[in-house]
Formats: sequence, structure tokens, C-alpha cells
Amino acid sequence: MPEYSEKVMEHFTKPRNIGEVAEPDGIGEVGNPVCGDMMKFTIKVKDNRIEDVKYLTFGCGAAIAVSSMVSEMAKGKTLEEALKITNKQVAEELGGLPGNKMHCSNLGADALHKAIEDYMEKEKKKSAV
Amino acid sequence: MKIINLDYAAAAPVDPAVLEVMLPYFTDHFGNPSSGHQLGRKPVEAIEEARVKVAHLIGADARDIIFTSSASEANNLAIKGLVEAKKKKGNHIIASSIEHFSVLNPLKTLQKDGFEVTLLPVDQYGLVDPEKLAEAITDKTILVSIQAANPEIGTIQQLDRLAAVARQREVVFHTDAAAAAGWIPLAVDNPGVDLLTIAGDQFYGPKGAAALYVRRGVRLVPQVEGGIQERGMRAGTENVAAIVGFGEAARLATESLAERAEKTALIRDRLKESLFREIPHLHLNGHPEKRLPRNLNVAVEFVEGEALLMRLEMTGIYVSSGSSCASQALKSSHVLKAIGLPPEKAQGSLQLTLGHDSSLEDIPYITEQLAQVAELLRNMSPLYHKFIKEGQ
Repeated sequence: MPEYSEKVMEHFTKPRNIGEVAEPDGIGEVGNPVCGDMMKFTIKVKDNRIEDVKYLTFGCGAAIAVSSMVSEMAKGKTLEEALKITNKQVAEELGGLPGNKMHCSNLGADALHKAIEDYMEKEKKKSAV
Repeated sequence: MKIINLDYAAAAPVDPAVLEVMLPYFTDHFGNPSSGHQLGRKPVEAIEEARVKVAHLIGADARDIIFTSSASEANNLAIKGLVEAKKKKGNHIIASSIEHFSVLNPLKTLQKDGFEVTLLPVDQYGLVDPEKLAEAITDKTILVSIQAANPEIGTIQQLDRLAAVARQREVVFHTDAAAAAGWIPLAVDNPGVDLLTIAGDQFYGPKGAAALYVRRGVRLVPQVEGGIQERGMRAGTENVAAIVGFGEAARLATESLAERAEKTALIRDRLKESLFREIPHLHLNGHPEKRLPRNLNVAVEFVEGEALLMRLEMTGIYVSSGSSCASQALKSSHVLKAIGLPPEKAQGSLQLTLGHDSSLEDIPYITEQLAQVAELLRNMSPLYHKFIKEGQ
């Protein structure tokens, strides 16, 4: 097993914001079981801010910790701010990740961004009608 | 917190009785077996005694045992040593697709050197079909290497039938018996294997001592060159204490094999029953009956193995996993892939191996903890939520 930082272990042990928000405004799914990790982020948006965010994750310790950290970082942020959350920032906030687990941090921010883009797509369609 | 080790295939403590026999060879009898003087005498005797004990465990003649540092080294010697000696006769090698990496990786190297390699498929339980072996042998085949039992899923091959096929076609047959030796009866003359790998650390001997049995008349090219230790087949000053321990562990295993296997298999079977009774959506990997007594391998559906492993460690239970994230190379188990397990199940596979202190009393705790951990991780798994919603 890789050496995980205290922060990773803390988020792995007590992951925050697990689940799916009711009637989500945006959904972002990444990964597949072949590569070993899957994440599904659901968000609730109010006044251009992420009012609520939850996730479901199939994956290793790092993947779970990353999902939890991303959800905490995203909550309350404007969509623009949340879109700026980078994989690097997530890894840093977690006190680093073992080299061969860096790809997990990529998935977290990607899933969040997909959920936001999904919301924006829907909004665009709404305003076009 | 009580520690329950369910990862004894990875490592087990040296039997105290074995350690006791080893200790004088670190101090009093420190001599080099190659020395011409008195100091080398006792170590030489001890090595030869160990050779007899190891040979006895596999029904072999002591003169046909070559000591190595590990099963990996023995596998390398068997494969590279044999094909180098036989390359004028042919260039085709056959192995199963679920061999250990110390068989598969040398084969990959040999492929680059122009050898042809056929990896035989296995069925859903991990068994090699002897007829498929017969079909794969050509007049260019010089070696067949099929393990006696699989260390990960525990499946025991029908070695007698496989070896008979190779013998009938006059092809040298090697078996990696590292996982099997000391746990199931093995006799080199029945089924008639030509090369056999055995490691002492798999049955309470120390790490650092293993052996290759080489049938008389089978020629190998040595892979470690130097002095004429091990009849010139493996150079390097002998790891005397470890070899002595290997011998003693082999003696103890020969003596108590049936009893040890029966006791361990009983606990394993009860553990299996308990887990399958209490935890939904488990899948047994490997053969339901033809499996190593101490091995249990289950796929916990909808969750990933490293997360399971980490959560179980927090409860004092040590296991290993075939998931890609649990491996350094981030590749999921080639064995689970070969038995046709879908990736999501392979990712959630746990390998549980019992040992000397495994007990029936621990089963309720193990079951309870695995049930809780599985539930907790399933509740956050998108695969599980999908399954609940769609029922598929």
C-alpha cells in the first residue's frame, strides 16, 4: 500500500458529502471500472454558486479522499471559481499524493468540472428556448 | 487492537523450531562451505542434510536439488537455463496464462530473443485443459511450464495429466510449486515432472532459501556463474543458515502436511461459509474444491480492493487485493483477467490466506468487519447505486 498523507487518510476515513443531491442541476461522471476509479459528482446551483455538491466514488483510498476534498473545495464557490480548481491544487490540499496516484486527483477536478459544464449546457438550452 | 493476519501467503513468521536450528549457523558454524579446512565442514554437512529434507518433501533424490535464493531465481534458472541448453532442438515454450511473474517475465525476455511463447488459456476456475496443452505442443516445443497451484486464487492444477502430456511428447515439464509445496502432497515421480520450484518461506522457513529440483539427465545452463557451488549450477557462497532453516521447515512440513492442510482448510471453509452467508454480492474466485487449503479469494462486488484493504487494516485485519490500485504497477491481476472476471469484480477482489494462528474464533469478527466495510464502501459506490436503481 502506498504511503498516504495524514490529510488523505483523514478524508478517506471520514469522507464528506457522500451521495447524490436531490434533483441535481448538473451531473459529471468520469472513469470506469477498468482503470479502477469511477466518480459521479452532482451539484445544486443557486445564484451562480455551488450551493450543494455530493459525489459517489468507486475507487481506491486516494480516489475517495480526492472526491471528498474536491467537494469541500467546491462548496459555496461561484461556478467560475470552481472551474478554476486544478488537479494540482487538490493534491496540494491533501498534503500530496503518491506519484502513482496522481491520476486520481485528475479525476476529482474533472468530474466536478463536468458537472458544472453539464449545468451550463442545460442553462444555455433553457435560455435558447 | 487484535491483529488478524489473512495475508500469510505474502509472508509468514519463521517457525520457532526452525529458527532454533538456524541460529548456530550465524555464529558458531559461520564457516564457508567451500573452505578446505575444519570451519567449512559443519556448514557442508548441514547443507547436505537440508538437501535430503527438502528432497524428501517432494519425493525426490537429494542429488537433484539445487538451492537458490528464491522461487523467482529457481523459475528463472529453470526456464532460461533449459531453453539455453535446448535451443538447437527448438524455440517454442508453453506456459499457462496465470503463471507467476517470475515465469512470465523471463518468457517475455525470451520472446525478444526470438523464442516463440504460447500462453495457454484457463477456464473460469483457473484450470489448464490437458487437451489444450496437447494441441499446443509442436515439434519445436522444448519446455512446458505450468504451476502446481496458483498463489492468488489457490487453484490446484491437474499436474499428473499435464505432465503426462508433456512426457508423452518428450518435452521437458517444469512446475512452479512455490505456492503448493508444503500444503499439498507433491512427488516428482508421480506425476513425472522434470523441473520443480519450491520455496521454504511458504511453509514457515526463512526468506532467502528456495530450490529447483532437476531430474537427472535434464541439462541446464547455469544463470549465476562463478564458483562451483551447487555442482556448478548456481555460483555464490551458500546462505547456510537460511538453507538449514529451509530444510528443517521442509522436514516439519513433510511430517505434518496432512494435519496442517486439514486444519487450515477447515477454518478456511468455515470462513467462506460465514462470509457468503452474511455478505451479499460476493463472488468466489478460483476452484470451489481444487484449491490450496489456506487460500480464499473473493470478489466484493461494487467496491474497489485497495479501499477495502485500507478499511480492513483499520480494524486490525490484513489482506491483499488483486485490484490495480493496490498494485505498484497499477495493473489489475492478470490471473483474475485470465479466469474471465469482469474488471469491476477484479477490482474488488480480496485474497485471504490463512496461517498457523488462524482460528475459528476469529471468523465472526472478520465477517462482521468485512460486512461493515463492504456496506460503507458500497453506499458511496456509483456502481452499487446503479445496481440498486436498475437491478442489474
